[in-house]
Amino acid sequence: MRPDTTMMPALEVTALVSIGRHPVTGRARRADQDARGVELARSLANAEVSLLHAGELAEASEPALRGYLGMGFSELSLLEQPEGADVLPALAEALDAASPHLVITGERAECGEGSGLLPYLLAERLGWPLVSGLAAVEGVEDGVATLLQALPRGQRRRLKVRLPAIVTVDGAAPAPRQSAYGPARRGSFETIAGSVSHDEEWDQWQVQPARKRPKRLKIVKAASARDRFKAAAAKAEGGGGQVLTDVTPEQGAEAILKLLREEEVLR
Amino acid sequence: MSDINRRDPRKEWIARNRLHPQHLEVLAELGQGATSEWMGPNGVLRRNPHAIGFIGPNGIKRIDRSGAQQGVAGGGTSTSTVVQKPLVEIDDPAFTVVVVPDMAGGRLSSHDRDLLGLARRFADANSDEQGAVVAVIFGSHKETSFDEAGIDRLLHLDSSDVTGYAPEARLGALAMVEQAWAPRYWLLPDSKLGGGEMGRRLAARLGERPATGVWQVEADAEIPSGWRCIARGAAESVDIQRPLPRVALALAECAEPVSETRHAADELALPQPLPSMLSRIEDLGQVPVDPSGVALSEAEFILSAGNGVKDWEGYHHAAEVLGATEGASRVAVDDGFMARDRQVGATGTWVTARVYVAVGISGAIQHLQGIQTCEKVVAINMDPGCDMIKRADLAVIGDSARILEALVTLVEQAREEKRDAA
Repeated sequence: MRPDTTMMPALEVTALVSIGRHPVTGRARRADQDARGVELARSLANAEVSLLHAGELAEASEPALRGYLGMGFSELSLLEQPEGADVLPALAEALDAASPHLVITGERAECGEGSGLLPYLLAERLGWPLVSGLAAVEGVEDGVATLLQALPRGQRRRLKVRLPAIVTVDGAAPAPRQSAYGPARRGSFETIAGSVSHDEEWDQWQVQPARKRPKRLKIVKAASARDRFKAAAAKAEGGGGQVLTDVTPEQGAEAILKLLREEEVLR
Repeated sequence: MSDINRRDPRKEWIARNRLHPQHLEVLAELGQGATSEWMGPNGVLRRNPHAIGFIGPNGIKRIDRSGAQQGVAGGGTSTSTVVQKPLVEIDDPAFTVVVVPDMAGGRLSSHDRDLLGLARRFADANSDEQGAVVAVIFGSHKETSFDEAGIDRLLHLDSSDVTGYAPEARLGALAMVEQAWAPRYWLLPDSKLGGGEMGRRLAARLGERPATGVWQVEADAEIPSGWRCIARGAAESVDIQRPLPRVALALAECAEPVSETRHAADELALPQPLPSMLSRIEDLGQVPVDPSGVALSEAEFILSAGNGVKDWEGYHHAAEVLGATEGASRVAVDDGFMARDRQVGATGTWVTARVYVAVGISGAIQHLQGIQTCEKVVAINMDPGCDMIKRADLAVIGDSARILEALVTLVEQAREEKRDAA
């Protein structure tokens, strides 16, 4: 008996999913961040989660999409778009029509341009707020979601955002569950026709496999050969540090505390 | 006293006579005690070969002929050798290039400096129409070398609505900058520290298609804008070559930082005050995280223990009170005091902490390699001659257990006072 859940209107969540690329083998797979987003959506209490993908259903990409279905879904909405199309208008129309409370997606795609712009453009177009780099959703109350944003260096920030909103997740979100094979086979694709606009700029760009970035050389700007030699032979050391000898522990501790305060690492 | 240089022939004679009993005193008086060269009485340059050089570490006299060193000790004619870099001022710029640095920790990071170097390349490409580099900075900062980073104009916004995490207010401010100065290029760091997010928001607002993950920019006369860039795409797996758009999000090491000139860094102000707007995102502040749960490689503040630590209870207590992630040297791990995954150094984890406190670590070369990228290193050690002290920005010589105890007491006192005041 759970009368509360039936009284409350369900939270409608749309997870935007894309086809990923395995970094080593190059095979199509669930995109890592999108799968984390789906996992985050699944973990929300009282949420009605639907999957949305814009792209074409090719033989190579079908197992990847079925991977999302295997996370406990019976169907996936498929906005049919040809290869090389700009999916933004179609996605914006579909989201406008469905008007979910929360849209969850990965930070950036693993194929194509992968610029990570899509959520920002969608947010700008729909006029919804956007929060990036999510680690967790702590709760949703009265149309306001409390979110935990992941910062670099393992830090977290708590935010409140008014729904509807778009949120993106990154590697700090909980790892996705394994895709179950049976449900993945049984799940179905619900095809929706959308407007198609071709991405012309993309065609004009040259795309090639990433080449290794040159390592930056240590450039020594010295007037004389002796200075250059000294720079090349010098040991890596900070130099010019302050050394406190013959101080009481209290004085030493005070000096350390001053430095910690200056660097703002004490909370 | 008059400035007329009066000669004392007797003293000069004593100065020339090395066997005279007053020779050294007179030399010192005449200021020639340490100089190796001086003008003689007849206008002939005199040299004292005994005065040049210095005694090396093994007690052998060494002579440095690079010209950097003269005499043994300054004989009064030493001038300061700090060379000021030439100041470049651009009074009437033809266009502007706007950079929005991350300012992580209130200072320009090396990523920000690279970006400013790239902006300088755009601004200085054509000497007939020189542009100005404008940096937009939000919130308070601790940076003192804006001029050496290559900034011509500095727009510093620190009203209360743009401090903290306020992407919408900051975006509004940047949109005003766009209106006021219509910059030719917008450059932002493609980083996790806020630059990547801000740049994408800005590009979406301006309706520009930005280049993200730019790591190389080259001049190309065939393109109308004159610049083409190479950007990383598809999860770092492809390189995209394309003309440089107005908004670019660049990776670290995209260009060389400015090193040879100083720039004006004049204060700019927005023509109108920022409009107050209702933010849909409310910042509730940072959440305290368990420091032991943070991965060692990305921890911000590490308290690391080595062979010199005897009071392990006190050390763990100090780490807890300071809110620091625990690290260890190899010896501490081998002796079983710390877990293997806490080892810092070439064989353990390469850490990137902003503040690294080494307690009782003498600083083996493997350990020093592991802390190469740390910004501030504090050493607490008994031995004043160890390598860690040479690396450290602040070193305290003394018993580590007592110093840590005193530090814990100080921090707890400060917290108590804060609580009482609140």
